[in-house]
Amino acid sequence: MAEQTAKRPVSVPLMADLAAKGETPEVLFWVGCAGAFDDRYKRVTRAFVRILEHVGVNYAVLGMEESCTGDPAKRAGNEFLFQMQAMQNITTLNGYGIKKVVTACPHCFNTIKNEYPALGGEYEVIHHSTFLQQLINEGKVKAEGGESFKGRRITFHDSCYLGRANNIYEAPRAVLEVLDADLLEMKRCKTNGLCCGAGGAQMWKEPEPGKKDINIERAEEALATLDGDADVLLNLQGVESTAPVLPAGSNRGGSVIAVACPFCMTMMADGVKNKERESDVQVFDLAELIASAEGLNA
Amino acid sequence: MHFSIQNILFLLVAVAGFGLFAWQVRKIRANILVGRDRDMSGNINERLSKTLLVAFGQQKMFKRLTPAILHLIVYVGFIVINIEVIEILIDGLFGTHRVLQFLGPLYSALTGTNEILGALVLLAVAAFWWRRNVKGVRRFTGPEMRAWPRLDADIILYVEVILMLALFTMNTADLKLHQLEGRTLPGAFPISSLLTGLFPESTTALAVLERIGWWGHIIGILLFLNYLPSSKHFHIIMAFPNVYYSRLVPQGQFSNVESITHEVKAMMDPSYEVPAPPVGPDGSAAAPTPFGAKDVDDLAWTNLLNAYSCTECGRCTSVCPANLTGKLLSPRKIIMDTRDRVEEKYNSPLVFSPNLYGKEAKHDSQEQLDAENHMLLRGYVTPEELWACTTCNACVEACPVNINPLESIVEMRRFLVLEESAAPNSLNVMFSNIENNGAPWAFSPSDRFNWADDLYVADKAATSVAG
Repeated sequence: MAEQTAKRPVSVPLMADLAAKGETPEVLFWVGCAGAFDDRYKRVTRAFVRILEHVGVNYAVLGMEESCTGDPAKRAGNEFLFQMQAMQNITTLNGYGIKKVVTACPHCFNTIKNEYPALGGEYEVIHHSTFLQQLINEGKVKAEGGESFKGRRITFHDSCYLGRANNIYEAPRAVLEVLDADLLEMKRCKTNGLCCGAGGAQMWKEPEPGKKDINIERAEEALATLDGDADVLLNLQGVESTAPVLPAGSNRGGSVIAVACPFCMTMMADGVKNKERESDVQVFDLAELIASAEGLNA
Repeated sequence: MHFSIQNILFLLVAVAGFGLFAWQVRKIRANILVGRDRDMSGNINERLSKTLLVAFGQQKMFKRLTPAILHLIVYVGFIVINIEVIEILIDGLFGTHRVLQFLGPLYSALTGTNEILGALVLLAVAAFWWRRNVKGVRRFTGPEMRAWPRLDADIILYVEVILMLALFTMNTADLKLHQLEGRTLPGAFPISSLLTGLFPESTTALAVLERIGWWGHIIGILLFLNYLPSSKHFHIIMAFPNVYYSRLVPQGQFSNVESITHEVKAMMDPSYEVPAPPVGPDGSAAAPTPFGAKDVDDLAWTNLLNAYSCTECGRCTSVCPANLTGKLLSPRKIIMDTRDRVEEKYNSPLVFSPNLYGKEAKHDSQEQLDAENHMLLRGYVTPEELWACTTCNACVEACPVNINPLESIVEMRRFLVLEESAAPNSLNVMFSNIENNGAPWAFSPSDRFNWADDLYVADKAATSVAG
């Protein structure tokens, strides 16, 4: 008998509607500009909402009331614009009495968690990697009933604003572990992770003259790690391969570069495309992998 | 005790050596304090334990094992051998000979350890020299590693060799002298006892050699001490306060500009009262400080402390994604430029002065030499370097003594944007997008919630019931 998956429509709860009914959600999902506007990252937002809906988390979003946290302005030196944005958002969040915020963007996460308190915005802020790890630990997400990642190679690219900026290295790896895939670490990982090239407002400008784009350097490292290609890794400033070398001509298909940041997503996907490997290597966010493994896509 | 003219001479040399050093340290302290005030008091326990771990314990050095071991040998050698320097000081002042010998077996342990560490230091220094001058470790190169920094690095190694050779000369001559005279020298000398055959048989010559070794060691140390303030080797002292005063907040947290907070609050709430600007000592309003940094005195004093703690090892630059991919930015250069600029503008140490060595040697373009541009920003650090930074914190993470080049970079970006409106054009577009649309891209705010349209989720409970 062919299995017919039942599906139900999702009406994402808006904070304004909840407040009108006198309700407060357990957690506010901060979508972020990339999560709201970038076509690729909208799929991550939707995947994360599917997980929230599936688990039955009491959540809400700000919808049109959300505005840029000001992160790119602050990193670029425009402190004035940053504080304008921050104060506006803090007024909104405090107006709703928000206590806990979850976001899939490490830049929003870092800014709200670390830089809003000085301006009067104090919340418990949690990145979606930690949030997903908690759901897994609580047994609410099992990564069963959907796509199988067993035996597929996955390498996690650390986002600077999650890793070095906030010391979150284990949560995303714990999330990936539940997939039962073949997890490979790049040589430059965790505290030594190499930036994708987009931080510090680089996302919005052309790079300065140089001999290579940063995302190409990083994509080459990720691909060579997945391929177990020691020669390529050696040429990357003496980076050594930690992955077993695959026999020549073996199937490299279906490997995944996992990310947990919208800018890393763009940069790594561009890098993979530049290396003409998009047919066999895909870039996915943690939430997409979990939603897919849990069989939540509909 | 044989008090003699030597003791008076020694007293003069020691007072001159330490006095000169104290005078240099005062100048450097003044240089650091031209930086903006920043309250780093409090959290004493947390700061002390970090200093113990990172500075004393060299925790971050061990990310790279080979240099960590070599450095550990020289570091431990420096500390242990300096116990012998205490003995030299007492002997020198009071005419005693090997005054610590009353320690008995402990004295043998001390002298024996000193000899073995001395030999290991020579090996480690040779390895350092080889890495720098033969192997050519990549992070020891780069445009900022001009003639002076390269010479400085080698001078330090040569001085360490001279100091160790003086120590062995002193011990071997003393040992042989005692042997020839049929006396026993207190202490253990595992290395020097192997070298006695190389030394002359004349007691007069040996006595002279012993004195040459003794004076050479202590004069060498005093000269080296006074060389430190001009050298990257100053890190052996500055690493400790620098780690102690390094930031305790998450690396992703950039500083808040309070003067801007007041302005923004006043804009949003007309009834908000902006605090009066600080008043100078004479009662008049102090000159307004610019937003961000154009010169060294606009940086925080901790940023200037950073500059004096740098040993130019290049770990920061070797992990900088911009530098790795061929951009002009080098975090080490920012730190070295800061030290050079503060010494050009304020006090120079004894040996090295940027003025003495010629400005031309340190600047690439005419623009950098133009008087009106001649500040840290543009005179030393170009906007192109600053705009290449991804704020990834790799440099901050890599520094074994917790130097933070990123703070200085962001302060100079703030000056470019807030005081000069000199951001790259694409960033100005991003700024106006945020202002107008609440997003860094040109999307309409009314489309912000469109992602939630036509969203479905698999209903697994219903599926299993149907199955």
